[in-house]
Amino acid sequence: MEQTFIDILRRALDEELARDASVHLLGEDVATGGAFGVTRGLAQKFGAQRVRNTPISEAAITGLATGAALCGLKPVLEIMFIDFATLAMDCLVNQTAKYRYMSGGQLAVPLVVRTQAGAAGGAAAQHSQSLEAWFIHVPGLVVVAPSSPAEAYGLLKSAIRLGDPVLFIEHKRLYAMKEALADSAALPPIGKARIARAGKDVTLIAYSAMVHGALDAAENLARAGISAEVIDLRTLVPLDMATIAASVTKTHRVLIAHEAVRNGGVGAEIAARIGTELFDELDAPVLRVGCPFAPIPFAPELERALLPGSADIVRAVRQLLGSAA
Amino acid sequence: MAAPTLDDWQQMYHALWRIRLFEAQVQRLAAAGEVPGFPHLSTGQEAVAVGVCAHLSREDVLFTSHRGHGHVLAKGSDLQATFAEILGRRDGLCRGRGGSMHLVDAANGVLGATGVVGGNLALAAGAAWAAQVKGKRSISVVFFGDGATGAGAFHETINLAVLWRLPVLFVCENNGYAEFTSREEHSNVTQVSSFAAPYAMPTKTIDGNDLPTVYAAAREAIEGRRRREGPYLLECMTYRMAGHYVGDAQQYRSKEELAAVREKCPIERMKRHLLERGVAQDKLDAIAERAKNEVQQAVERARAARRPDAATVLDHVYSSPSLNAIPG
Repeated sequence: MEQTFIDILRRALDEELARDASVHLLGEDVATGGAFGVTRGLAQKFGAQRVRNTPISEAAITGLATGAALCGLKPVLEIMFIDFATLAMDCLVNQTAKYRYMSGGQLAVPLVVRTQAGAAGGAAAQHSQSLEAWFIHVPGLVVVAPSSPAEAYGLLKSAIRLGDPVLFIEHKRLYAMKEALADSAALPPIGKARIARAGKDVTLIAYSAMVHGALDAAENLARAGISAEVIDLRTLVPLDMATIAASVTKTHRVLIAHEAVRNGGVGAEIAARIGTELFDELDAPVLRVGCPFAPIPFAPELERALLPGSADIVRAVRQLLGSAA
Repeated sequence: MAAPTLDDWQQMYHALWRIRLFEAQVQRLAAAGEVPGFPHLSTGQEAVAVGVCAHLSREDVLFTSHRGHGHVLAKGSDLQATFAEILGRRDGLCRGRGGSMHLVDAANGVLGATGVVGGNLALAAGAAWAAQVKGKRSISVVFFGDGATGAGAFHETINLAVLWRLPVLFVCENNGYAEFTSREEHSNVTQVSSFAAPYAMPTKTIDGNDLPTVYAAAREAIEGRRRREGPYLLECMTYRMAGHYVGDAQQYRSKEELAAVREKCPIERMKRHLLERGVAQDKLDAIAERAKNEVQQAVERARAARRPDAATVLDHVYSSPSLNAIPG
C-alpha cells in the first residue's frame, strides 16, 4: 500500500512510541497533529504525556528535550521550520551536541529533532531555507536528510534508536510524495549512502528532495547516451565517503547538487574531500549545483527562477563532459 | 524532617570551608599557570551551595553555571576528581574534556555546569520533566546568577516549568554583579524574584550569606517540589567576594566596598552563630584545619594525576567511533 511521506513518518513514530516507552514527542501543536499533520492522532493513542504540545519557545523546548534525554527519555522534538532552529542554536550547538564529549562520555543525548526545510509554494525567505550546512559544522550532531517516504521511515526509526542527537530534515516538497514500504525491509544504518541509480559516466551526489532532481537529470542524460550514477547521501554527518569513492573511482567525474545556497554549502565540503582524497581519480573539476546567493523570494516566478533543479544539473554535466572531451 | 543538630551545623561549617579552600587552591594554581582556561570562583557565595545541597540526595539532579565549583562539591562530588578535572587531567570527572566550566559527575547527579549564561536552565526543566514522566520522587535544581535573567531562555523556561508543573528549583545567586557591571546597569528589575509573579510561580528572596536562612528556605522549597507542587524560584542575595574570573583586577569596585566584604562573609557569619551556640573556638579552628588538610591532600593527588593521552582526543564525540566519519 502506498503512503505519503507524512503518513509514513506518522507510522514510524507510532511504531517507535509503541515499541519504547521512553520515546516522547513534543513540539508546537504536535498533540493537535502538528502544522503538517505528521503527528495526527498520536496524542489520542498514546496520551497527553507522550505526545505534548509546547509553547512557541524554541530555546526552552530544545533545552527541555535535551535535559530529558540526559535523564533517559528519548524525545522526538519537532521544530516546525528549520528557519526557527536559529532560535534553538545555543542549545543545539553549545549543549546538545557537546554533552557526550564535555562529560567525557558520562552522558548521552538520545534526541531526534525533526524539522522541515526547503522551498515550495511561496513560503518565502523565512520559511524556505535549507540550513543543513550550519549543522554539519558541529561535532556531536548527526544530520539526516531523507529523499523519499520509504527512506524517511527507516531513517527516522534508526535515528530514534541511535543514542546521539540527530537533526532529521524533512523537505516540504516531499510531503505529498507516495511510496510503498517493502515488507520486511531492514532499517538503514545511520551513515550509509545508497545508490539511487547506477551509472558509469558521471556521479551525481544529492540528498533530500534534490535526489529527484538528480534522478530526473540522469533520465534526461540517458536519452543522450550519458550514463549517470546517482548517490543519495541519506546522512550528511556521518558522510559516507566510501560509497562516494567507489563511484568516483568508476566514473571519474562528479557533480554535487543541493537546494541550499551553494556558497559554504554541504557540496563545498564534499568537493574538498573528493579533491583531497580522490584527486588522481578525477578527469575534470568537481562541479556544484546549488542556490544562487540570495534569500528565497516570494513570487512563484522568482522562486522558480532561483531554485536549482534537474535542468541545472543537466547543463552542468554537459559542461563536465565537455571539459573532459 | 528534624531540625539540624549542632553536629549537623558543624558539618555544614566544614562544607563551607572545603569550598572556600578548594577555590583558594584553584586561585593559587591558576596564578601559577597550572590551571588551563579561566576559572570563576564562588568565594563569598558558599552558604547558598551548602544550604541548598544539604537537602539533596544522589538521585536529585543538579545543574550549575560557570561559577559552579561550590555546588558540585556541596552535592558530594569527590574533591580530588573535581580538582583533577579543573587541571584537565585524565582522571578528572570528565577525563579532561570539560574543565572548570563544564563539570559533570553523573553518578552523583551533577548533570552539568555550563559556560553559557542561562544556557542550561531549560535542561534542568527537562530533567525535571523526565522525573515527572517516570514518577520519581527526585527533583531538579539549577543554580544561576542574576545575569542569566537577561537571557530569553530564562523567561521561556519558567513559563514552561510552571505550565507543566515541573519539579524544578531555580536558585538564583544574586551576587550584585553580572560579569563586570552591577545589576543596576543590567535591568530596572532589582529583585529577580519579581520575575516569578506573572507566571504565578512561588518565590522568596532571602539573605544568601546566612547559612541557617538558606537551609530553612531551601528545605521548604525542596519539600514542595517533592510534593509535586511545580517549580519554585529561590533568590539568594549574596556577594561575589572574588572577581569575575581569576585575575580580574576589579577596578569597578571601590576600596570601601572591598573593605566591607569581610562583614558579609558567610563563613564568618556561620562562625559567629556557632560561637553563640557554645561551640568552642578551638573546635571551629580544628574544623577549618581538617578541611584544609583534606583539600590540600586532594589537590596534591590531583596535581600528580596522569595527563590525558593525546591519542584519545576523538573519543566520546559520538556513541560509536564509526559515526565519527569526519576527520578532525
